[in-house]
Parts: sequence; structure tokens; C-alpha cells
Amino acid sequence: MKFAVVVFPGSNCDIDMFHAVQDGLGEEVEYVSHTTTDLTGYDAILLPGGFSYGDYLRTGAIAQFSPIMAAVKEAVEQGKPILGVCNGFQILLESGILPGAMKRNEHLKFLCQNVQLKVVNNESMFTSRYEKEEIITIPIAHGEGNYDCDQETLDQLKKNNQILFQYEGVNPNGSKENIAGIMNKSGNVLGMMPHPERAVDSLLGCADGLRLFQSILTYWREKHVITS
Amino acid sequence: MSLLLEPNTTKIKEEKLYREMGLSDEEFSKIEELLGRVPNYTETGLFSVMWSEHCSYKTSKPILKKFPTKGDRVLQGPGEGAGIVDINDGQAVVFKIESHNHPSAIEPYQGAATGVGGIIRDVFSMGARPIALLNSLRFGKLDNPRVKYLFEEVVAGIAGYGNCIGIPTVGGEIQFDDCYKGNPLVNAMCVGLINHEDIQKGQAKGIGNTVMYVGASTGRDGIHGATFASDELTDVSDEDRPAVQVGDPFMEKLLMEACLELIKSDALVGIQDMGAAGLTSSASEMASKAGTGIELNLDEVPQRELNMTPYEMMLSESQERMLVVIKKGREQEVVDLFKNYDLEAKSVGVVTDNQRFRLFHKGEVVADVPVDALAEDAPVYYMPSKEPAYFKEMQELEIAIPQVSNYNEMLLKLLTQPTIASKEWVYNQYDYMIRTNTVVAPGSDAAVLRIRGTNKALAMTTDCNSRYLYLDPETGGKIAVAEAARNIVCSGGEPLAITDGINFGNPEKPEIFWQLEKATDGMSEACERLQTPVIGGNVSLYNETNGKAIYPTPIVGMVGLVHDVEHITTQSFKDVGDLIYVIGETKPEFGGSELQQIVDGDYSGKAPTIDLQVEAKRQKQLLEAIQANAVASAHDLSEGGFAVALAECLMGTSSLGAYVQVTGEEVSALFSETQSRFVVSVSPNKKEAFEQKVKEAICIGHVTNNGLITIINENGNPLVEMNVSEMNKAWKGAIPCLLKSEA
Repeated sequence: MKFAVVVFPGSNCDIDMFHAVQDGLGEEVEYVSHTTTDLTGYDAILLPGGFSYGDYLRTGAIAQFSPIMAAVKEAVEQGKPILGVCNGFQILLESGILPGAMKRNEHLKFLCQNVQLKVVNNESMFTSRYEKEEIITIPIAHGEGNYDCDQETLDQLKKNNQILFQYEGVNPNGSKENIAGIMNKSGNVLGMMPHPERAVDSLLGCADGLRLFQSILTYWREKHVITS
Repeated sequence: MSLLLEPNTTKIKEEKLYREMGLSDEEFSKIEELLGRVPNYTETGLFSVMWSEHCSYKTSKPILKKFPTKGDRVLQGPGEGAGIVDINDGQAVVFKIESHNHPSAIEPYQGAATGVGGIIRDVFSMGARPIALLNSLRFGKLDNPRVKYLFEEVVAGIAGYGNCIGIPTVGGEIQFDDCYKGNPLVNAMCVGLINHEDIQKGQAKGIGNTVMYVGASTGRDGIHGATFASDELTDVSDEDRPAVQVGDPFMEKLLMEACLELIKSDALVGIQDMGAAGLTSSASEMASKAGTGIELNLDEVPQRELNMTPYEMMLSESQERMLVVIKKGREQEVVDLFKNYDLEAKSVGVVTDNQRFRLFHKGEVVADVPVDALAEDAPVYYMPSKEPAYFKEMQELEIAIPQVSNYNEMLLKLLTQPTIASKEWVYNQYDYMIRTNTVVAPGSDAAVLRIRGTNKALAMTTDCNSRYLYLDPETGGKIAVAEAARNIVCSGGEPLAITDGINFGNPEKPEIFWQLEKATDGMSEACERLQTPVIGGNVSLYNETNGKAIYPTPIVGMVGLVHDVEHITTQSFKDVGDLIYVIGETKPEFGGSELQQIVDGDYSGKAPTIDLQVEAKRQKQLLEAIQANAVASAHDLSEGGFAVALAECLMGTSSLGAYVQVTGEEVSALFSETQSRFVVSVSPNKKEAFEQKVKEAICIGHVTNNGLITIINENGNPLVEMNVSEMNKAWKGAIPCLLKSEA
């Protein structure tokens, strides 16, 4: 399986995402520049964290206009797994691929720490390797992770089981419904504020994020076997 | 000021306008002598910044010469952007600390942010990939709104820059004392990783080669920043706000990636950051180091403001700029490379053979001075030194053991002193995990980062207890180095070298200069003894507010090599039943201690003594025990003494407790700050292995599972008995609580 890590100017978790796939998962992965317009050679697209375009204006607001976003949208249509983490999530929101918007953390400060997440839905291509309701530990590191949406959107998210992760215990940023990660209605795009790519090696304290990548691989293998 | 309005040479000389730029009458005469004429306005500006203390080290040079700077592993000592130390396998670690005190006192967010930006450029200008940031901060007591504002904004500025550029801020230290109330200290350290073959130098070699300007354009921000940094702060320093620069971490991220790509190209001859004194220092130093000259055409310098004069361009400290020297004919490659990062690279000059620094603007020569006159010929001052009266008084004071009636209450109180309290409120604002190498995050003795693709790791720390330095600068200087090394050893690392961030008051006062001399004597001796040479650093003098100096604060930034990630050790106790040992005897030493501050409200008496030979021996033995995997946890004893150290070993553990017995005078046993001591826990099955390595370690108790800290005296009576969770809550909540409370 071949992953693409999209590099926007100002992306800075790109290298962590790369190593999570290469060293953690053991699959093929390449950096892809934001100027690229073709993603057909990749089986999954990863939008990493960071401060694309300095996060000037609003987080993710400028990156949505990058040349690569048209190709990302194509990949969404094709049903490829797309994972946006932190700034990647913010870009998915700004570009309308996922519903809702991001506000500054409730306490207005950047926050970096391990948090506990509840796996709300384990029947997605991103979470099949977790137990339902399982509590996992994944780090966050953001200043704008306060997810918000209108009531209608929230109802839809719930109805379609689009909420994959919720903060367990303390909500670190004030997000609506303790939302930490949501997917699109078709189930192939996940946006989340916590960083699974930082939790793939127990030497660094926690490896709960690895199963997210393994879930994607499992999904792809099953699909690949059936279609080929 | 437009060019037409600039004062002419007669006016500069007769009205002594150079004084406003920070040059003395003697210095101006020396410049006239060097040039054989009166300098024009631009030239006077060039000299004023290059001869400022910040750039020339004119008063600290004789002092810095004393530092041991050589060692088997040192690949680059002081003199370049940052020092470099070999860490085997063709790899090396690059690091340096730098102060940004004055800007942070005036505009804390940007002052701190640009301090971080500057030190990062110093490291990647050597060709190294920055892998970690640390800092060392000093503020007044958190009891007034101005100090709280400075503290919150400095932390936010460090976070804002480091988080955005994507380099983890992994460690640091903070002390709060009244002497820093008007003059906070903000020292930022950057650590980088490099392969030997990629090491760059900031030299303008090769006659005819092209000087190129890369990065952000030049504005009027930060003009005379270096001069501003070399003067005392006063009530009207707010008027110097324009001398503070504004940082753009996004620009620096692009610039860093582009420069790290450029260093792989053989078109590159030399590279240097435009830091203090901007274009002037980078260009003249690069030429001076190479023995060449430089000509710059200022019309080609990218400018973000209209009608900038040569004076303004040369003295601007706009951020995120680098100067590179490129082989003649290869310029287009560099332009293309930077264009890929949406950055401009512009040819602005040429390397010449005449050792002159010549500037052209609108077809005219606007400055023409010998390169070495700027970079090398700054006067060196041997300042008079005088032992301050207070020192003798302090030395003559009898040892006084502070009275403590309730040990539980005192321990709790100590744990909530902001200098001791948890710094989680601070470091949780820093992204300390990005790039996923941080094995030991902030909160333990030293931060530890693995080196991907190897079994090695790097331990790093910043340390300085300036209270000891105030009471006794020589002893305090030794302790600063020793404590840093202790922290590295406790983390499983072999101390390699240090960078020093020397922060003092006005050296023109003989008593301050005496502090500087003594402190660096002490540091030098400790560096020799502990085999940690000084590979670079920064000097910040004139840290005074309205005539009152800060405590002498020579911050030690130390990096150590962990030979195997298996050796990585933290301060937290690990398992129930583990044996608790103390290494080192305790004496009644309270001068400069946290307890003294609480009981007396001030510091007095003698600083704790230190025997460097004993220190070195204990560090060596403990490191050997750690490397033999005989140690479960290790922690050095510092502020607050044994009781605080023991409590810290329990913080963050889920339900562990400790049951220990101490001997001797009780207040000393619990709270004395005697040096060269450690508290270590050892698994029972490693008991013999450990005791064999560290023969003088004394087993004082064991780790329990009752969530209680219990310290009994030799008669078995409890001195301290407290819930760890209660302690933990007070310790963690102290700083947020102080910030919230009304001043």
C-alpha cells in the first residue's frame, strides 16, 4: 500500500506522519508537494499537522486553495482513505470536505499533552482495529481545536455515526460534544485534532495511534483482495 | 530620516552625535585614527553596532578567554554561529544559547519569539537540522500585574515561534526573584544534529564569489537593537520599542528548509545568519574570518519600506534573513532553489581581495572602511574589579538554621513556590513532542531525545541558581555547571559540553565586574573538572533597571550523550518495593535556599559549598550504575533540598508512596541545599549491582503503594507524613493559581 503525505508550506508534522507509515506500519510512503495536481498513484492521502501558510488569516484557510486540493477532492470522490490530522483536519474543514469549523481553544492557549479518547465508532476504515468504546491515549498539540457546528450538522454526524473519537474525561479545548475526530458521510475521510502519528512507538510513551494506521491497511488489503 | 537630512561629518564630530549611538569619545577617536578621517553617518553607525558589547564582547573578552574550550570531541568551539561536538558515527551535535532580555522587557511576546528565531538560525547556519529548543527564564515575583504580563507573554512568544516552525521545546528552567522584576531574562537555546561532512562556516572566501541575500526583506525594525541591548533599562526604555523586531516563524520555516537544502550544494561557500547588527555584522564578519573584503550594492537589498537609507539598511535587525556566499556563476541555481520555497535569493555583492568593507548606494560609495576595523579592532576593556562590601558581610555570617515548626506545612509551602512548583502551565503551551523523538518530556531532570536510526539519544538541560551566585559568584558558578551535569547524568547521559548564557549587570561598575570574573572562574574550574568545555555562548550585560543589577546569572546549557536508549532514566519512582538511596552527606547549608527565602524573606550567608572532585566522582559512579541498568530512577537534590526532591520523585506516579528514614539535624536533613547529592531508586534484584558501583550510597527506605510520603527521624518519629495526591495538586496548581489571583 502506498501513502502520500501532502506537504504544504509550513507543514511540520509531515515527517512524523512519514515515519509513522514507514517505520510504524512498514508500508510505502512519499512526500507530495502542495503544487502536485495528480494523486492517482497513491492509495491513501495523509494531510499532516503544522502551520500551513503560517496559519495566517485562519488555520487552514489559505491551504484550501493549494493546487493539490483539487486532486485531494478527486481522491475523496474515488473513496480513497484520507486522513487529516490537526492542521490537516482544519484544512479539510476549510475546504468543505468535512462539515463544521474550528475555533480557538476555549482557554485561548496552545495546549500540548496526552489526552484520552473514546473510540465512539469502531466500524470505520480508520478504527476497525479498536474496540468500541475503548479508551486510548493520543497526544494533542494545538491552539485551535475547538470544533463547532450547527445543530443540524451535529444531528447528522450522530445519526450517521460520523463521530469517531470523543475526548474522554476533560475536554481540552471546549469542542462541541467533546468531538475529537469526525469522518465524512461516505466514511473515507477522517479529520481529527489528536496526533495518532505521534503515538506509534512505545519508546516515546504510547503506541495507541498505530492501530489507526493498521486499520487503514486492513481495509485496503481486504478491498484489494476482493477487487483483484 | 532621509539621506539628505543625515548629519555631515562635522556635525557628527562636533555635536558628538556618535554618543547617541553608544560610542564613547575615545572610541570615536580610535575610529578616526583607523580610517585616517572622520567617519560619515553610515560608517559611524557601522562602528557603533559592531563595537557594541553585544557584537564585540569588548568588556567580556578577557573573561571569556579563561574558559576551557577544547576537548577530544569538540569540532567547533566559540567563534562561529554555534559550537559543535562529536557524538560518534560521523554525527555531531550543534548547540548554542542566546539572550533576548532587553527586547523581552519592552515587548515580551516578540522579544521572546525573535530570541527563539535568532538562535534557530545560528544553528541551521552551521548546516545542522535544529532538533530541540530549550530556554531559561527569570522573572520578578508573580505578585504584580506587570510581572505576570511579562511571564505570560514571554511563554506565549516562545510557544508561538517554536510551535509554528515545528521544533520541539523540550526543556528549560524558570526562577522568580525580585531582582528580575524590571529586567526579565529570556535565554533561548537550540540544539541541532549534523553529519560531519555537512558542517558549514560563515566565511566569505574566494575572490569574485557572489554575496547573496536570502529570506525576508529588510525593514526599519530593530535598528540599533545591538546597541539597545548594551545599555541599561530605564523607565523611558519603552520609547525604544521600535528597536524590538517582529518575528515571522512561517518565513523562518521556509528559510530553514531552503538553507538546509542549500548546504547540500557545492555552490555554497559560506553562510551566516543576519542576527544582531544585521547585514553589517554578517557581511563584515564573514569577510574578516576569510581575510577578504566585501562590496555590497545596497540598491539590490530587498526592502519592505520606501526610501530606506544605507544607515537604516545596514543597522536593521529585520528577522529571518541570511547572507550566503555562492561560487561565481552558480547564482541561478540558488535563485531557483529558493524559489521552490517561495523565497527570494538576490545577488547583493561580491567578495573582494582588498579587505575593505565597501557599500554602494545609488551609484555612490556610502561607506568604505577596513573589514577588520569593524570586526576585529573593537577596543578591549580591562575593567576595574572590586569585591563588593556585601560579599564580606555574607561570608562572615554564622550558619543559621531557619526555624521550622511544622514540616508538613513547610514541605507543602516549598512545593508551591513558583521556582519549585510544576511548570506544566508553561510547557504544555510548548509543542514538546513534534518530530517524534522526545523520549523524556519536560518535567524530569533533563529532556532526552532519541536520534532516529541509531541507539543513541541526547540529554539536554539548562541550569543556574543565581541566588548562590549572588552570595558567592565563584562557588555559584561551579554549582551551575555541576548541577547541569548532574541533570544530564541522572537522565543517563555522559555530559559533553556547555554553552553559556552570561547575564550580568553593568560591567562598568567594579563590583559587577568582580561578580563576572569570579563567576566565570568558578565555571571554568567546574568545566575543566567535569570535562565539559565551553563551545560557545552569549554575553548580556547591563541587565539593570534604574541602576539596580540582577543577580549574576550565567546560565549553563548542557548537552549529554546517552550511548544507548536503554540507559534513559527519569526522576520518577517506578515500582513498589524499590529501594530508595541517597548519595552524598548533608550539611546545614541554607544560604540562598528556598527555605531561607520563605523564612527570612531574603537570601544571606554563604552559598552551599562544593567539592568538584567529589562531584565528579559521584557523577561518574552514578552514570556507571545507570549504564549497568542497575538504577530505576535518579534525581538530583536542588532547590528545597531532600524533602522536595523526594516529593518530586513521586509526582505524576499513580499511587506510589515512599517510606524513608533520615538522620541528623532535622531541618537540614529535610531542606538543606547541600550540593552533589542524589536520590536514587533501585529494584531489589539490582541492589548488589548498584551498591557495588556506588559504594557511598545509603539505603534510606523503599517505594510503597500507599500513596503517602513518610519521612521518619532516627528515633522513628514521623517528620513528614502526607498524601502524595494532595502534594501533587498543590504543586501543579501553584503557578496557575498565582496567575489568576488578583495582584
